[in-house]
Amino acid sequence: MELVGASVLTHEALGAGYHRLVLAAPEVALQCRPGQFVHVRVSEDRYPLLRRPFSVARRGDGTITLLYRVVGKGTALLAGLRPGGCLDLLGPLGSGFELLPGRRAVLVAGGAGIAPLLFLAQLAWETGHPVRAVVGAAQAAELVGTADLGELGVPAAYATDDGSLGHHGPVTDLLEGSLAGEALYACGPPAMLRKVQTLAREQAVPGQLSLEASMACGVGACRGCACRAHGGYRMVCTDGPVFDLEEVVLDG
Amino acid sequence: MASRLATSLAGIPLRNPVLAASGTFGYGREYAGLVPPACLGAVITKGTSLEPWPGNPPPRTVETVAGMLNAIGLENPGLAHLVEEDLPWLQSQGATVIVNVVGRCVDEYVEMAAALDRRREVAGLELNISCPNVDKGGMAFGSHPETAYALVRAVRRRTRLPLLVKLSPNVTDIVRVAERVRDAGADGLSAINTLVGMAIDLDSRRPVLGNVTGGLSGPAIKPVALAAVWRLAAVGLPVLGMGGIWDWRDAAEFLMAGAAAVAVGTATFARPRAMLEIVAGLEEYLECRGLKNVSELVGEANPTFRASG
Ligand SMILES: Cc1cc2nc3c(=O)[nH]c(=O)nc-3n(C[C@H](O)[C@H](O)[C@H](O)COP(=O)(O)OP(=O)(O)OC[C@H]3O[C@@H](n4cnc5c(N)ncnc54)[C@H](O)[C@@H]3O)c2cc1C
Ligand SMILES: Cc1cc2nc3c(=O)[nH]c(=O)nc-3n(C[C@H](O)[C@H](O)[C@H](O)COP(=O)(O)O)c2cc1C
Repeated sequence: MELVGASVLTHEALGAGYHRLVLAAPEVALQCRPGQFVHVRVSEDRYPLLRRPFSVARRGDGTITLLYRVVGKGTALLAGLRPGGCLDLLGPLGSGFELLPGRRAVLVAGGAGIAPLLFLAQLAWETGHPVRAVVGAAQAAELVGTADLGELGVPAAYATDDGSLGHHGPVTDLLEGSLAGEALYACGPPAMLRKVQTLAREQAVPGQLSLEASMACGVGACRGCACRAHGGYRMVCTDGPVFDLEEVVLDG
Repeated sequence: MASRLATSLAGIPLRNPVLAASGTFGYGREYAGLVPPACLGAVITKGTSLEPWPGNPPPRTVETVAGMLNAIGLENPGLAHLVEEDLPWLQSQGATVIVNVVGRCVDEYVEMAAALDRRREVAGLELNISCPNVDKGGMAFGSHPETAYALVRAVRRRTRLPLLVKLSPNVTDIVRVAERVRDAGADGLSAINTLVGMAIDLDSRRPVLGNVTGGLSGPAIKPVALAAVWRLAAVGLPVLGMGGIWDWRDAAEFLMAGAAAVAVGTATFARPRAMLEIVAGLEEYLECRGLKNVSELVGEANPTFRASG
């Protein structure tokens, strides 16, 4: 865990409120694993007060990439950051994904949930681990990271809620059929994650998911980002954000 | 040098007057790479109970304007974990440790105090009678002067450790509670704990927090906390002031209002090194003013301040 001032190398608007932010953060780049996140200050003063968590979406030579969507005041402030600017960043934090040997990895992404899975795709590519992806969003314009998947040679299928690109319907429809010999790695909205849990249970395949929760400290001190798990609460920041598919109980 | 900041609180010698507030610094280990616990006046542990407590259903936190609401519900790993894992580690780091104690009934507080009384790693106790997020224990004991009196008296009989009592601002008259806590034999007062608040989600049309209400902390509560400390300074017990402290200027205000030392909570979430920056800032301020010790600031602005011990 490092507390660093990372300088902004590039910052690109991808449309539909998505942005890609490349930061020079050598210590963080060196330590981080797919699934881990950084905790970022979005203001200099007291408002907005708390840091915002973002998954590491790619790792480069001394750099990390964040892929985020503007949803509120903190991410709106972040979007105003210019190249050459500095971002106060704590990380890498949390647990990472673990590629299960002998099983093809199936990346299941919904919306901004693609971010940590791109880093996992990068690791699979670097280590020669077989991988494919199913990616969903509300509409075509909100499908991001597709170029990364192409560059990493990951075969991908797409789904949109409005049918503007790929399958018309939830991304989990693309998982119908046999999953034998595969393992699922999922990040996205709770409804998607619940469906992934069900499919994995039905077909008896293993997997992991990355959860979100509103978070204060990010290091396990405040016990604020609890999620439900079998056998009690777990902290998303330190026990997660990546959990075994079977471990957590999703609300709803 | 550091001696300019050396002070004491309710009989506990402190390297400096900046403490980690309970529940915002875990047991020190969580921030170890960033904040050496020995650089703080003291580490006040997360509120700890006899047995492990699970805490409240999520969501447990929500950000508000210049603050946050929390309804953690005192999730903690219990006394055995504290004694076996956390205290030895904190001691190995050279930290001064104050244990924040919580219980569901008087007996549980008493049993905790008795168990910790003989431990050399513990410099003092802070009785939490002010947590707004649990049904039993916490604020239930701090809301009425006589209930608070009975609890503090029972605990006092079983411990020789310096005893701080943490007060709630969610009462009609915090001074009245403080006076009874003093009469019961407390050595010092901690103030303030969080203020009861809530937030509603317009999409779900439900309260955001799983517990419905939570405790407000952070810069938004500083003026309220400062006024509480100002009033408590007349009670005649040393006060550990806290609530919304963000930088050394805030800390200096609390000291001038009459706090013998200060604790920093929510600011740490945003700026993990905030406490260290506050220590450095106070040091520089004392030097600029040519003051030899931080105690010269205490109560400086407050004519009703009653020096104690
Ligand atoms: C471990 C982790 C990794 C994340 N990785 C990414 C990422 O790679 N890319 C990305 O775009 N987003 C990611 N998020 C979500 C991101 O942190 C939130 O979108 C962001 O904090 C919102 O800040 P804001 O100030 O813009 O929104 P606010 O104004 O605070 O809130 C606006 C809306 O966003 C919701 N929101 C606020 N905080 C969170 C949160 N932590 N998680 C989910 N919803 C939230 C609120 O409920 C509200 O509806 C991640 C969250 C976690 C916990
Ligand atoms: C997440 C969180 C957890 C807390 N847990 C405790 C606790 O266990 N015991 C306690 O006495 N106070 C607890 N508090 C209250 C703080 O110690 C402090 O009194 C309060 O937050 C005001 O200070 P601040 O504004 O600097 O945070 C907690 C506060 C927060 C934000």
